[in-house]
Amino acid sequence: MVIRGFALLLLVLTLLGWGYLGSNLGWTKTSVATTRTDPITDISYTEYESRFVPGVEFLAIGIAGAVVIFAATLFIPLTKPKSKSS
Amino acid sequence: MKRTSLAFALTASLCATAFADKQTFDFKDPKGVNNVTFKLDAPLETITGTASGISGTITIDPENPAEAEGTIVVDAETLHVPNPMMKDHMHGEKWLDVTKHEKITFEVKGISNIEKEGNTGSADVTGTFTLRGISKDLTVPAKVTYLPGRLGDRMPDLKGDLLVIRADWTIKRSEFGIQPGQNEDKVSDEIELSMSIAGASPKD
Repeated sequence: MVIRGFALLLLVLTLLGWGYLGSNLGWTKTSVATTRTDPITDISYTEYESRFVPGVEFLAIGIAGAVVIFAATLFIPLTKPKSKSS
Repeated sequence: MKRTSLAFALTASLCATAFADKQTFDFKDPKGVNNVTFKLDAPLETITGTASGISGTITIDPENPAEAEGTIVVDAETLHVPNPMMKDHMHGEKWLDVTKHEKITFEVKGISNIEKEGNTGSADVTGTFTLRGISKDLTVPAKVTYLPGRLGDRMPDLKGDLLVIRADWTIKRSEFGIQPGQNEDKVSDEIELSMSIAGASPKD
């Protein structure tokens, strides 16, 4: 039961983390581009800010991990701990 | 004798004027604005990145740009994409091999089809583009803006002119020995390049 709870927690954290950090449907990024324009030359250029934005592979690994952990619990026999008789 | 001296003086004067009109623009921009962006189509998302390490010079007469010459150099190490694994692959031996081929260059050899309107204009720039050690002759459409006396607006300690060049063109990575015929289902063969650079020509 504890392991299934852990699988559910992993799934929820993965979805929440992915959503909170940008819901990026592309690949994971460690820098984010911002376009700026030089006022004299009118040249548009890109500045990068270091920021982690999880992508679809992050989502896939999190969901797959949760599914694997949950599936593993189906093969673990549910045995009650034996009570010690005095 | 007098006539010969006069002709010589006139020729020398014309040559001096011709050379005086030529200006050398340095494209190493301390503000880091100069850039080349590249785009490659891919199934999940378009791979977009930039190169910022730009240097080189172009010598040009803004009034008569047909005889421009010079080289724009991009430091291959500065090519950046936001995904770190993708960046490692791009810099690696199988793709750009930036440790072996440190520079990407465009050597300007001539300008044709010049259309001027005030200080701006468009033209076809012919030159040699070198990527991963392989050189190809290309003709690239470019837009040029000459900004006389505007260098001081960017760098208050200096006086001089600015030359802004914008050019968009497409190359095929297979033509430059970058994984020819491989992984085309993952990354397109065509690479869209967009260059926006400003050169400075300081004056005393």
